[in-house]
Amino acid sequence: MIALALVLLLVAGACYLVRLVVGPSLADRIVALDGLVVVIVAAVFVDAVRDDSPRFLDITLVVAMVGFTGATAAARFVERRGG
Amino acid sequence: MDALTGILAVLGALLVVLAGVGVLRFRDLYSRMHAATKATTLGFALVALAAALAVDAGRGKILLATVFIFVTGPASAHFIGRAAYRAEGIDVRLDGPDDLGDLLDGAAGSPGE
Repeated sequence: MIALALVLLLVAGACYLVRLVVGPSLADRIVALDGLVVVIVAAVFVDAVRDDSPRFLDITLVVAMVGFTGATAAARFVERRGG
Repeated sequence: MDALTGILAVLGALLVVLAGVGVLRFRDLYSRMHAATKATTLGFALVALAAALAVDAGRGKILLATVFIFVTGPASAHFIGRAAYRAEGIDVRLDGPDDLGDLLDGAAGSPGE
């Protein structure tokens, strides 16, 4: 079950990666990166369940904060420069 | 790890996959954001619930990360949506009445602005 959840999250990450490469606009790429952050955090959660240890849970906090900051900064960039 | 944890994790991952497929296949920015924000929120909540049930030592961190993503997700989606509306050349395919456009036009046209 846990392995299946990890594979599903991998598929979701692949979808977001394709949208990140294809674009077409900068705003689409920001949306894809924002979604990818959630997928990464969810994958670390599932990995913690698989491992039954909280070793890597600190990563989720850092990734969530950096993801929000990056998305907000990039949105300001799009607003000023155009996408 | 019991069966409930596995079921919750797989259900949540399925919803995240649905969001990914929506982001991949929808044809304009606002539709993609609709898929990415709504379906991901419920899917992520289910995965976080599964992890909080299974990992005894890490409940605080899981709760903290979940609350943080729940608070910042709508905020960053709002910023991206506003930026895309104001930027030129992004296909946002507005259907129906454009209330924000009327509001901005009215503010620009009124005296004293």
